[in-house]
Amino acid sequence: MSTAIADVHEAPAESRVNYLNATYGLKSWLLTLDHKRIALLYLGTITLTFVVGGLAAVLMRLNLIEPQGALVEPDTYNKLFSIHGIIMVFFFLVPSIPATLGNFLIPLMIGARDVAFPKLNLMSWYVFVTGAACVMYAVMTGGVDTGWTFYTPYSTSYAHTQVIAAAVGIFIAGFSSILTGLNFLVTIHKMRAPGMTWFRLPLFIWAMYATSLIFVLGTPVIAVTLLLLAAERLLHVGIFDPAIGGDPLLFQHLFWFYSHPAVYIMILPGMGVISELITAFSRKKIFGYSFVAFSSLGIAIISFVVWGHHMFVTGQSLYAGLVFSVLSFVVAIPSAVKVFNWTATLYKGSISYEAPMLYALGFIGLFTMGGLTGLFLASLATDVHLNGTYFIVAHFHYIMVGGAVMAYLGGIHYWWPKITGRLYPDLWARFAALIIFIGFNLTFFPQFMLGYLGMPRRYGIYPAEFQVLNVMSSAGASILAIGYVIPLIYFYWSWNYGPPAGPNPWGATGLEWTTASPPPTENFEQIPIVTEDAYNYPTADVASE
Amino acid sequence: MSDTALHHPNPTGFAHQFEDLEQQHEAGRLGMWIFLATEILFFGGMFTSYTIYRALHLPSFIIGSHLLEVKFGATNTVVLICSSLTMALAIRAAQTGKSKSTIIFYLILTMFLGALFLGLKLRFEWYHDYVEHIVPGFGFQYRPEWGSAAPGVQMFMCFYFFMTGLHALHMIVGLGVLAVLVGMSARGRFTSQYYVPLEISGLYWHFVDIVWIFLFPLLYLIGGRYSGGGH
Repeated sequence: MSTAIADVHEAPAESRVNYLNATYGLKSWLLTLDHKRIALLYLGTITLTFVVGGLAAVLMRLNLIEPQGALVEPDTYNKLFSIHGIIMVFFFLVPSIPATLGNFLIPLMIGARDVAFPKLNLMSWYVFVTGAACVMYAVMTGGVDTGWTFYTPYSTSYAHTQVIAAAVGIFIAGFSSILTGLNFLVTIHKMRAPGMTWFRLPLFIWAMYATSLIFVLGTPVIAVTLLLLAAERLLHVGIFDPAIGGDPLLFQHLFWFYSHPAVYIMILPGMGVISELITAFSRKKIFGYSFVAFSSLGIAIISFVVWGHHMFVTGQSLYAGLVFSVLSFVVAIPSAVKVFNWTATLYKGSISYEAPMLYALGFIGLFTMGGLTGLFLASLATDVHLNGTYFIVAHFHYIMVGGAVMAYLGGIHYWWPKITGRLYPDLWARFAALIIFIGFNLTFFPQFMLGYLGMPRRYGIYPAEFQVLNVMSSAGASILAIGYVIPLIYFYWSWNYGPPAGPNPWGATGLEWTTASPPPTENFEQIPIVTEDAYNYPTADVASE
Repeated sequence: MSDTALHHPNPTGFAHQFEDLEQQHEAGRLGMWIFLATEILFFGGMFTSYTIYRALHLPSFIIGSHLLEVKFGATNTVVLICSSLTMALAIRAAQTGKSKSTIIFYLILTMFLGALFLGLKLRFEWYHDYVEHIVPGFGFQYRPEWGSAAPGVQMFMCFYFFMTGLHALHMIVGLGVLAVLVGMSARGRFTSQYYVPLEISGLYWHFVDIVWIFLFPLLYLIGGRYSGGGH
């Protein structure tokens, strides 16, 4: 990489005291109050959970190579998709960008020495690990077969699997989300450096702010719901029990009241990352800063009133369905605002195609497809046909994997030099980004077709006519898996042997690039004073002339 | 971290990540208010479900409500309101620079009232309910006089125990927090300049009281018990 040569004079940085080498030993990590180290603890943990959730997916795709199921019994298949969903949603996607990049970057971006409550921050990691341990216990002692949605009355009365352990695990992990969200909200409100006004904040901060709102307002509802579920399963009586006049659908309402906003917990941070990447690699100010900023808040607010679109075919009243349908279309507007503004930012920018930018461009395309297919599902009539099929599976994977995971990887690549102080081989990184893009589309595009043709989700077997598309999807999944392994290898190499990055290898704006890489424990030698707007790229004026 | 020392010449409870004590206090207060917002949503899920089922099964809920002893609920309401007063007095004592024994006195009084609430609830209500076989999941027995409303009565009791149980759990957490505050006071940590831990713990304690202020009428006072017959 060319920047590596330019920055060789930074070599003495190795001997400089930074947050990584300030103290040594396991204890210095497990008891750290430094937001940067806690971010790395989270990074390690969610990489592990991603591997576990990913292995479940590999087994599912292997099984689906043959119509009668190539590998596992139907009961086992039920457990595989349940555990894949539970781990990927609650233990990877929800904490992914906020707990790693958010934790690392928020104090750096706003010019603070740490988050407002460092002890709560560390506690949130321990709480998260405890929750994950509960779920792992559930997996190892028989698994769960309810799907990640835990619908009653199956979960309360009929499932013979470890429902309580899994529900308690998610309940516990929820507190880690609440603590993280609370910490971020207070940090963003109270810890900004002098001159860092709300409208000078990087858009990543706005996105994290909106995400944190959902964390603190949504998570308590799923917490109490899962507590009710566990109590009902334990005592054989409870408020979802039809025998005493309870309504199992109430569970779905409460569940989706959190779990729909949770979709935006997963995608909003990704949108924040993309705003940073697009501006940095097109060397331009973001087009319509305040529109992008407020669209994050708009999404967070509207996300709380669309949950009913998961329940169009449950017997919910038609009028409720109509309202939820309209509101679901409305939430597409702020999302589209973002896509249009990113595109307008690219226009006449001086674009370069380093690895993070490839992920960002991939995100825009895949998120757009995921978003537009969401409109099919928000329409009452088409949803009746598509609900419960692979079309939905493909739709939310375009958002969750094509959107959130691409943004996560893009962000990790972009800030890796800041986090570790080292560079990675950009050519390999571009290659991996390409492999992931190809593998992803080959995996999930056929699933749109399968769903449209009527293949239901959550079955380990299927009619023979669907085999070609299923084999394509499984082939794509194996390419995708290779794409995920390559970064693990070169990041390992870079961590140990990578050339020094210097403070600002991308020539990007933002306070995090003004301090050393890796940053000192206190982040800044002196708290910076901010005098200009975000994304004030010097070439911006030249480019527009 | 050599320059850390430069940032906090003032040692009393000051954390290094803040610029000054004022910023730290504001952060603490805002943090607690946000936490209370999460608590509202936490109880909100229960209150919403209660409201829906109350509309669906009103006759059963009235029977269920009449199984509860208003006199204990009312006594406990008074006990809790008094504990909020003593909590506020503890904060006031710190603000006005009273001696640490005054602060500790009010805190211990608050703890006593909180414990009294829990003791009354456990001894005269929950235990009594258990003996009467009206605890769902623990030998709940239908009574013939309830007729077709009987299943809904059990539903009401599910709500009663879940909501008062969660409330009691919050009280127990609150007692733990108060115990920590007593320890901090004993070490002379609070002055008229620094009392934020007292203040934000007080917010929490008042919040838990307010939850009870909503629970009491919703659970004990439905069906017009004292309006000359009502239902």
